[in-house]
Amino acid sequence: MIHFVKKALADIRSNRFLNFITIITISLSILIVSVFLLFFENTSRMIESWNQGGRVMIYLKNDFTLDMLPDLKKKINAMGETEVMIYIPKSYALERLKKTMSSQSTFLKTLKDNPLPDAMDIRMKSNNSFEKIQKFAQSIKAIEIVEDVEYGQSWLGRFLKIFNLFKITGYAMCSLFFLIALFITANTVRLAFYSRQLEVEIMRLVGATETFIKAPFYVEGLLQGFFGGIIGLATLLISYLMIAPGVTQNIASYIYFDIRFLSVQMILLIIFGSTFLGWFGCYLSLKQLLK
Amino acid sequence: MQHSLTHARYISKFGFSQLWGSINYLLKNMNVKNNKNSIIRLFNVSKRFGGKLALKDISLDIGQGEFIFISGPSGAGKSTLLKILYLAEKASEGQILIDGMNLARISSSKLPFLRRRFGMIFQDFKLIPARTVYENVALVLEAAGEKPSFIRKKVVQVLRTTGMEKKLKALPPTLSGGEQQRVAVARAVVGEPSIILADEPTGSLDSSSAQTTLDLLMEYHKKGATILIASHNLHLVESNIRGRNIEISDGMIQRTATML
Ligand SMILES: Nc1ncnc2c1ncn2[C@@H]1O[C@H](COP(=O)(O)OP(=O)(O)O)[C@@H](O)[C@H]1O
Ligand SMILES: [Mg+2]
Repeated sequence: MIHFVKKALADIRSNRFLNFITIITISLSILIVSVFLLFFENTSRMIESWNQGGRVMIYLKNDFTLDMLPDLKKKINAMGETEVMIYIPKSYALERLKKTMSSQSTFLKTLKDNPLPDAMDIRMKSNNSFEKIQKFAQSIKAIEIVEDVEYGQSWLGRFLKIFNLFKITGYAMCSLFFLIALFITANTVRLAFYSRQLEVEIMRLVGATETFIKAPFYVEGLLQGFFGGIIGLATLLISYLMIAPGVTQNIASYIYFDIRFLSVQMILLIIFGSTFLGWFGCYLSLKQLLK
Repeated sequence: MQHSLTHARYISKFGFSQLWGSINYLLKNMNVKNNKNSIIRLFNVSKRFGGKLALKDISLDIGQGEFIFISGPSGAGKSTLLKILYLAEKASEGQILIDGMNLARISSSKLPFLRRRFGMIFQDFKLIPARTVYENVALVLEAAGEKPSFIRKKVVQVLRTTGMEKKLKALPPTLSGGEQQRVAVARAVVGEPSIILADEPTGSLDSSSAQTTLDLLMEYHKKGATILIASHNLHLVESNIRGRNIEISDGMIQRTATML
């Protein structure tokens, strides 16, 4: 094994330019992929934090009467998502409105009927995903006496749609760059193979097995993938350390939010992925070259 | 009586094809036993390249420890004959036995193990230019999975016998032709193969280097190895080699002579 690593390192050294190009290509691909991942990890976390508490407001129809309340509560509780549920009668809501809008209270005083609906303020259990809240709200809306349901920020849904679209684009881009890196790696191995054709022929003549012949190429591919991944991530980390404080400060004036670097699991996954990429590129081209 | 009955029952149960197979096996084994010292046997071997016959109906029996000289003009089929032995080419017709192994039955995964029985020497040396003298020779043992400590000892020792121990770290392109061929001989013998195949080993060397190469091969021959040298140049060899000269031309054996 050490023999193969040594051989692979010697080959990388003797073929510096080609290997340099390959490692740079891999690291660029990894950089682009991990920028996307960094963005998604943080955006997802931001959306989660906006949803915190899972607050849902229910507005009831005009013909709601107080004796319907226990039945309604039972129905909502049966969905098993509710932690706290407060009934807000429309009279109370109007009182509160009058207090907060005291300057315009003369206008409110002229109202004969209370225009506000009865409402329920629900706080959901634990931190729910936006999708879950949405589903919960929809099933509440299906109750006959419920007029309308309001949850989260109304634009959040639309934002989420855009975000998902972005995510799909991101995945497509990641796959594209993965394929490009794969192609480049496979091509490097192919060129390395051609430049060592005499060597391979001689190895066969002296009784080397195909495994023995292939091993250095695989080690080379693995090393290229591994170092490409490390360099790509290191570049991301350096850029992150330079840019993140500024961005955090900018966002902080609107909401409290900190940008975090990729999780350790994600970093390991990326390095594993790029090492695999190196191996797979090698596999593809050797499969073609040595039957 | 009882015995022959069970025997008959055994045969009927065994089936005809199996019986025929065993007879064949026995015959083959007897054959091998009859020619106990045969290491290479060719039965009516032909090799066709497209429409052209490079070897025609060659039958040959080479004993263990023989020194064989294959001569003949350029294009006679000498290289092809050596190539079908180490399976760089497959014979189009006929059977080849190497040390009892039927080459037609050797799978590609077994091929490396066949190759380890041969040491090969070429006119163009076929050394890896980017690897040192030491590495070129060590490759054979590394490929065979030998221990590093053994490899180091053995490679240095063999390079000493060929007079190249002072150039372990040199790269082949920096060496003269004669020196490169010494390295090639070292590589051919380092795995202690029972057969050496040399294709025009002296073809690109001056006469003193050629003599050195032949001396090294004869030295190895004395240890019991079978040597096959193909060359279109008879002069050098005729004078100082004892062995069999197989003369081929047009892909056929024209004459076999023992040189004393
Ligand atoms: N790979 C090949 N394809 C087609 N023809 C070949 C090939 N190798 C050898 N030949 C032909 O077979 C004949 C014998 O060649 P070779 O064995 O190299 O001769 P020698 O080594 O005696 O000079 C020649 O006519 C040559 O052109
Ligand atoms: Mg020839």
